[in-house]
Formats: sequence, structure tokens, C-alpha cells
Amino acid sequence: MRHHLILRVITKLLVGAIMLFAFYVQFHGDFSPGGGFQAGVIMAVAFILYGLVFSLHNVQKVFPPWLVHKLVALGVLFYAGTGIVSMFLGYTFLDYGALVPSHPSSGQHYGILAVELGVGITVTAVMVAIYYAFAGRPPRLSDEEW
Amino acid sequence: MAVEPAQVAMTLSDQLPILQILIPLVTAPLIVLIGSRRLTWTLAFTASALSFVIAILLLIQVIDGSVISYQIGGWAPPLGIEYRVDAANAFVLLLVSGISTLVLPYARESVKFEIPARHHTLFYAAFMLCLTGLLGVTITGDAFNVFVFLEISSLSTYVLIAQGSYRDKRALTAAFDYLIMGTIGATFFVIGLGMLYMATGTLNMANLADRIADQGANRTVRAAFAFIVVGMGLKIAIYPLHLWLPRAYTFAPSAVSVFLAATATKVAIYVLLRFTFSVFQPAFLFEVNTLEFIILPFALLAMFAASFIAIFQSDFKRMLAYSSIAQIGYMLLGISLLTETGLTATIIYLFNHGITKATLFMGVGILVLRSGGSFYNRIQGMGKTMPWTSGAIVIGGLSLIGVPGTAGFISKWVLVEATIEKGWWPVSVLIVLSSLLAVIYVWRMFEALYLKTPLAGTDYKEAPLSMLIPIWILALSTIYFGFATDVTLTAARAAAQGLLAGSAGMM
Repeated sequence: MRHHLILRVITKLLVGAIMLFAFYVQFHGDFSPGGGFQAGVIMAVAFILYGLVFSLHNVQKVFPPWLVHKLVALGVLFYAGTGIVSMFLGYTFLDYGALVPSHPSSGQHYGILAVELGVGITVTAVMVAIYYAFAGRPPRLSDEEW
Repeated sequence: MAVEPAQVAMTLSDQLPILQILIPLVTAPLIVLIGSRRLTWTLAFTASALSFVIAILLLIQVIDGSVISYQIGGWAPPLGIEYRVDAANAFVLLLVSGISTLVLPYARESVKFEIPARHHTLFYAAFMLCLTGLLGVTITGDAFNVFVFLEISSLSTYVLIAQGSYRDKRALTAAFDYLIMGTIGATFFVIGLGMLYMATGTLNMANLADRIADQGANRTVRAAFAFIVVGMGLKIAIYPLHLWLPRAYTFAPSAVSVFLAATATKVAIYVLLRFTFSVFQPAFLFEVNTLEFIILPFALLAMFAASFIAIFQSDFKRMLAYSSIAQIGYMLLGISLLTETGLTATIIYLFNHGITKATLFMGVGILVLRSGGSFYNRIQGMGKTMPWTSGAIVIGGLSLIGVPGTAGFISKWVLVEATIEKGWWPVSVLIVLSSLLAVIYVWRMFEALYLKTPLAGTDYKEAPLSMLIPIWILALSTIYFGFATDVTLTAARAAAQGLLAGSAGMM
């Protein structure tokens, strides 16, 4: 006997749409409100919703905790890496003008997309990591541990 | 756009200010990403050593009073974020990166003992973030950036302190207390910044200084000053705001106690110096009043009350923590004099106390490693079984009292000189009197180590070399800086002049 039929069906329908919307907010962030932070949270919501309805165990099969931890770090490195690229090109840290020296404003455009992607990856992973940490909380301390 | 097309390519030496932050910042995620327990320590140590080298190179460039300015992303200040290195913060950068480079070799053994192996990579990542934050707070010339880096260092500090829970569960509540107090402090600080921004429309420190000088004191600026002093006061552990400190230092893992005691409060004091002397004008009456009628009495109270409490501690680590609060009182005393000599005294105190406290906390960490506890009745008689470790502790203790020939003497000497110069001779007497209290609490430690018989059935080996070398480098440097005073005095005086002259017209 399986419970919550409506929730399960709606969740299956919604998860895809939520992710798509996250990508829209992520990559349209330079023209409209949005960007890495918002997109990261929306993306994480897709996983958290899945976890709430289909159990922590199942969402961790899709998005294993070790991967979450690596992605937290990867996003930061991606951000910093963009800055380091511009340093190697002889500009200051995070001067995106370096990416297209002949036309600095499109360099700024690419640069902001790159760092926002880094932000998006980290925010997604951090939100999911926080959810895992709370949802997967170990049982209360036993008396011997004190 | 931010840069003109025909731009001269920047060389490695132009990039030094950002590399100072970037190397530890990038190392932290790299450690997590690689996730190898064997490589972790090497990566962290390399990053810390590199940033130490960079700090030396920066200090050499600015010791003559010049200023390095670095524009992040090519956006010129005051709009963009600026990293600004002068003698004052180069000196603090050197202290922070130097202590971290000494703590890491030491940490290797003590972390193995105190923290389960599966957390080692994350521990070193958090350590790198803490280093990044402290260096960032120091190097940046943007007031809001100070807050951002402060949060980076604080959040990683809470994690680092909580790691002590494998040895003693009370580390968790200690970390939580600090989290609450630290967050309140950071919030007050950012409220102060918000008011400054409201009053001036800028966040660049140099620009803030100019605009505050132009418009003079008004209620918003005064309130901002109050919020910033209280916010930083929580981070510094100014006497009545110090409650988080003893527990945090006592229950943190040994290596973390060493690092925090020698750097975190010092960096917060640097921020207070920067705001009191560079951003706000020392000429403002409200500032003089705050320092003279609020900071000065509390500094004196800290010197006595905290020392007095330290005397009655039965835990070595906790005693050191209370003595830190007392020593912070001396540093604040130097600030409240509002003179160049007073400022020099604070800066030199900051450095000398940093290395002294690092020696002592390293020593107690080694005792914990061997005996499993830091209570006097646990470590009694260890001076005989571990002569090298205890020798270094004694040197640190002498420097804490301020015995001639140690770094601690120089800092107290300059401080007394500054109070006499100002004509506050009763304060000079109080400095000497409170040092006598230090004699008592250092004596109690000495008594426990040397004059009591070792516990029956214990036979402790001397510490491993990887811990003895860092502690002796620090112990010998407290003696070295007790004799070669011109090195630290020149740098501290240059820093004080930079801070005082830097107020108006920094741009």
C-alpha cells in the first residue's frame, strides 16, 4: 500500500520544471533579476522536494553526499579560477575585461556568467548539504557519551 | 569600463596583495576537492608558507611609509574594492601568516591525537578559511569587505572550536556561545557600517575618512562609531564583553587555541585601531570621550580583574585564556592614550603578546598530548619528565610577566613610557601592579610543573620534534625580540605613524 499518491505524482512532474527554471534564472541572470544565488537555491529546492517526498535515502542515491561536498568546493574554485585566469592574462584579479581584451564589455559579460556559474554550483551544493545534515541527523546522544 | 584598453600587463609582484588572500582561499576548496588525507597537510602548509613569504615581501615594500593599493577587478576605488597595504597592516599580516606557518607543523601531531582521521581534511580546509579571513580583514581597504572577511574567519573559527568536542563535549557549547556572541558582534559592526554609509555614501576607508573629516561629527557618525566599537569589542573580548573567550580557548583543539590566541583578537584590535585612527578622526570629542571614559576604565579593570581570576584557575589552558583578557586590557590602554607612543605600544604589544601566548598555548597543547588534560593536578611534575617543553613554557611565562630580556618586557616598557609621556603616572603604577598579579599566576604554573612530584605511574616521553621545533622557534623569538628591539620598534612606529597620518587625505 503506497501513500501520498498525489504528492508523489505532482513531485515527479514538478522536479523537472523546477530544475529548468533554475537554469533559466542562472543563465538569464545577466539580463534579468536572478543569478547564481537564486538559481542555486531553486536548484536545491528540486532535490529537497524530492527528498521530502521520496525519502532521504532515495535522494542520496541521485545526489550522493560525497558529490555534494565536492561540488561545494568546486564552485568556489570555479569562481576564484575565473579571477586567476584574468591574473594570468596580466590584469587584476577578477578583471573580466581580460577575457576579451579588444572589447572589454563582452569580456565582463562572459566573466560574470562564469563566476555566477561558480556561485550557482556552490549554493546548490550548500543548500542540499544543509538539508542532508538536518534530515540525516544522528540519533540523540546516549548517556555514556557525556 | 574599468580599465583603459592599452593596459600595462601586471607582473607577479604587482599581484602580491591579492595573492596574499588568494593562496589560502583557493587551498581550502582544493583540500576538500582532492580529499586526500596524506596531501592535506602538505597543501595547507605550503599555502601558509607562501603567504608568509608574501607578507615579508609586502612589509619590505611598505616599511618606509609607502602604500600599496590593489584594485580588485580593475574597478578603481572608491567604487571598487581596494586592497591597501601600509606598514600597519603589513605588520599584522606578517604576524598572522607567520603564526599560522608555525602552528601547522605543530598541528600535525596534536590534530592526529585530538580529532578523528575522517575529519582531518575538513579541519585543515576550515583552518585555511580562517587564515584567509584574518588576512583579508587585515589587508582590505574597504569597510564592508572587512565585514565579509570577518564573517569568513568567524564562521570557520566556530567550526574549528567545535572540533574540540572529541576531547571534551563542552567544546560544542563553547563554540555555540562564541557563535552567538560573535554574530551579535558582527551584526553591530555591520549596523555601524550601514550608518557610516548612510552618512557618507561610501564604503572605502580612505574615502570615508575624508568625508567624515569634511562633514564633522553628527549623530549618525557618532552612533556608527559606538556600534563599531561595541561590535569589534565583542570580537576583541574587551573586558565586559569577554565571556565567550575563556571557554572557547579552553575547549578548542590545542592547535586552534594557539592560532586564535595569537591572531584572532589581534586582528580585531587592528580593525579597531584602523577605525579609531584612520576612518574616524582622533580629534573628535566623542571619540576622545569614548576612549577616555569607557575604554580606559574597562582596560584597567581587565588588567586587574582578569589577572585576578587567572590566579584562581586550576586549569592551565583556562588560566592562559583569562590572562589573554588581561593582556587585551594593556593593548586597549595603549589605544586610549591617543598618542603616537601609545599607539606604538599597542602595536608592539600586539606582536609580542602574539608570540608569547602562542608559545604558552603550544606548550600546554604538548602537555595535553602527553597527559590528556591541562589541569594543574594532571600536569604536575611534568617539568622534570619533559624538560624541553617546560623550558619553552617557562620562557613564555617570563615574557608574559614582562621580565627584562623578553619580548613582554619591551611591550610593557613602551606602554609605561607612553603613559608617563601623557602624564598619567597613576596608570603607569597600575601597569606595574597588575604585572605583579601575572607573577602569581605564572608562579602557580611553574610550581605545578617543577615543584610537585609527578603523578604516580606516569612516565611521559618528551614531545615529538615536529612540535618542539615550532615552540622553540617562538620561545627563542620572544627572547630575540626582547633584545633586538629596533626591529619591532621601527616597524611598530612606522605603523603608528601610518595610522595617525593616514586619517585625512589617504586618497
